[in-house]
Amino acid sequence: MAQASSNGQREVVIEARGIVVGFGSHIVLDHTDLDVYRGEILGFVGGSGAGKSVLMRTIIGLIPKRAGTIKVFGVNMGEASDVERRAVERRWGVLFQQGALFSSLTVMENLQFPVREYLDLSQRLLDDLAVAKLEMVGLDASVCNKFPSELSGGMTKRVALARALALDPEIVFLDEPTSGLDPIGAGDFDTLIATLQRTLGLTVFMVTHDLDSLHTVCDRIAVLAEGKVIAAGPMDTMLKSEHPWLKSYFRGKRSRAGYQPQGKAVT
Amino acid sequence: MVNRIACFQVFSSLGGRSAVGSVSETLLEETMQGDRLVLSGRGAWLAVAAHDLEATIESLIKKYPSVKTVAIDMSQVERLDTFGAWLLERLVRAFTRDGSKAEVTGLKDDYRALTEEVRKVKLEDIPPRTHGQTLAYALNAIGENIAAIGQSFAAMVNMLGALVVALVRVLSRPRSFRLTSMIHQLDNVAWRAVPIVLLITFLIGCIIAQQGLFHFRKFGADVYVVDMVGILVLRELGVLIVCIMVAGRSGSAYTAELGSMKMREEIDALRTMGFDPIEVLILPRVLALIIGVPILTFLGSMAALYGGGLVCWLYGGIDPDIFLSRLKEAIALNTFQVGMIKAPFMALVIGVVASVEGLAVKGSAESLGRQTTASVVESIFLVIVMDGIFAIFFASIGM
Repeated sequence: MAQASSNGQREVVIEARGIVVGFGSHIVLDHTDLDVYRGEILGFVGGSGAGKSVLMRTIIGLIPKRAGTIKVFGVNMGEASDVERRAVERRWGVLFQQGALFSSLTVMENLQFPVREYLDLSQRLLDDLAVAKLEMVGLDASVCNKFPSELSGGMTKRVALARALALDPEIVFLDEPTSGLDPIGAGDFDTLIATLQRTLGLTVFMVTHDLDSLHTVCDRIAVLAEGKVIAAGPMDTMLKSEHPWLKSYFRGKRSRAGYQPQGKAVT
Repeated sequence: MVNRIACFQVFSSLGGRSAVGSVSETLLEETMQGDRLVLSGRGAWLAVAAHDLEATIESLIKKYPSVKTVAIDMSQVERLDTFGAWLLERLVRAFTRDGSKAEVTGLKDDYRALTEEVRKVKLEDIPPRTHGQTLAYALNAIGENIAAIGQSFAAMVNMLGALVVALVRVLSRPRSFRLTSMIHQLDNVAWRAVPIVLLITFLIGCIIAQQGLFHFRKFGADVYVVDMVGILVLRELGVLIVCIMVAGRSGSAYTAELGSMKMREEIDALRTMGFDPIEVLILPRVLALIIGVPILTFLGSMAALYGGGLVCWLYGGIDPDIFLSRLKEAIALNTFQVGMIKAPFMALVIGVVASVEGLAVKGSAESLGRQTTASVVESIFLVIVMDGIFAIFFASIGM
């Protein structure tokens, strides 16, 4: 919806400044800065073990940081009171890599769990909305009473996405949403994310390794290496960059540019 | 942004319902123009207001059951999310179901994609959660449980067979036996269990002696307490207490270990590499129990006798010399043998039950918990049943 405000200045919804995170003597994030703008799909890439998931988990407050500030919707998460922090947490949804569905609850109960905690709604409305969310992510009511262990990988991701969207968040964090899906499933999932982003006006923060996702759905890409964000910008910028790591990542053997120089993202 | 946070805080701090109640009239206003119902939406149709919006909408649907045309003006609605969009859709559907006409106007362009997405929701019937009638459900549950008992018995016999096969295979190729694994398990189930087993059996011995002295004294039969302690501890209690502790301590650990390995596909991985999980994982564990439990039983029985003797001396005034000579008369070697012979069989039962339950774990964390509980309950139950069977057996052969 509000992709850009009227004066052309884009609203920053997540502002991370000078984030330092380490485990013991190993420093993973070293004064990392990152901005996420309202209404964009940001693809966050970096080598395995570079700390992509660590930054994501630091922003959502699962990993303590040693230094730096994180502002979400202008609220400084480090100094906010519990009430303020919970109000912000209510406005984001997280899709974990393995789905993290509650294994002892059915799909329906998983979807209703956050809604039931925060809002006082009738059972009928809860049921209707759960089915509506399931249909929005491309499933139907037949999975309602299944348990997470009875779902396939693709279905688990979709149900987890539906749960992340349960409270109509403004930001969704996706941790490798297409990993473990076949190319068709991954492509469908990308389309789904793009569609939902449009209809719900979401801001999407996506940690991914999937070059296809980066090409097709991401508005902007941020690259993490050596504990810092070394580049951020649209795909074109990434493809033009002469930074060796970016070159080998975006123009390496597995990239589209490597074997399909006339691809639409390049032109 | 700040407004919305503040708003949410107010709602939550005032307990939601009453606070929003006053706002609810402004969310949707109704006016009748001839036979045309005009509804005009106001304010923010967001999740926090959904409770009141739903109530308003439901009362409207009840109030105007036979209205022919409905016009819904959404131009005053500032914000809309899935909750609001769905309630709008429900309103439209409720009126159009009876053939009335419902028209939505003035919706902001930003929200058009959302309302269209919601319009596509088919809302099929959710499959029922209950399993038919109560009586049928009760009978069904009884039947399922009986079948489950039969199945778990079959699974135990199956496991026992698989263990024997694995043992025979290992005996033919002794080098394939996982000695390191077994020693590691022996350390866990036996060596590390020694202190707690000694403590508890010692206390049990003390308690039996004290109770015996207290009651036997009335008949002047103090000294027969030694007979009671000796026979009870060596024949029954030593092995039973140890087995119950091992079932709770090691049986549950086996089930949880094997169950989480099953959940994370480690057992499947072993199988694909050509290893037999029974041979690699279960045989060393069960053998460790079969070796460990008799040792613990022996130690436990001695600790219980020691505790009994100590109480007899300090509380009953029976000197250790008298205790020992009385004990020598009261028990024979076969009293000790009865207890020790039972121990490895009980260990086998605990090991088999724990393994069967571990391999029965399905994908969920809840299932792991359920199987671990089942493992402990079943193995304690079976240990006591076995004890009964042994009692009959030993009585009939005169031991």
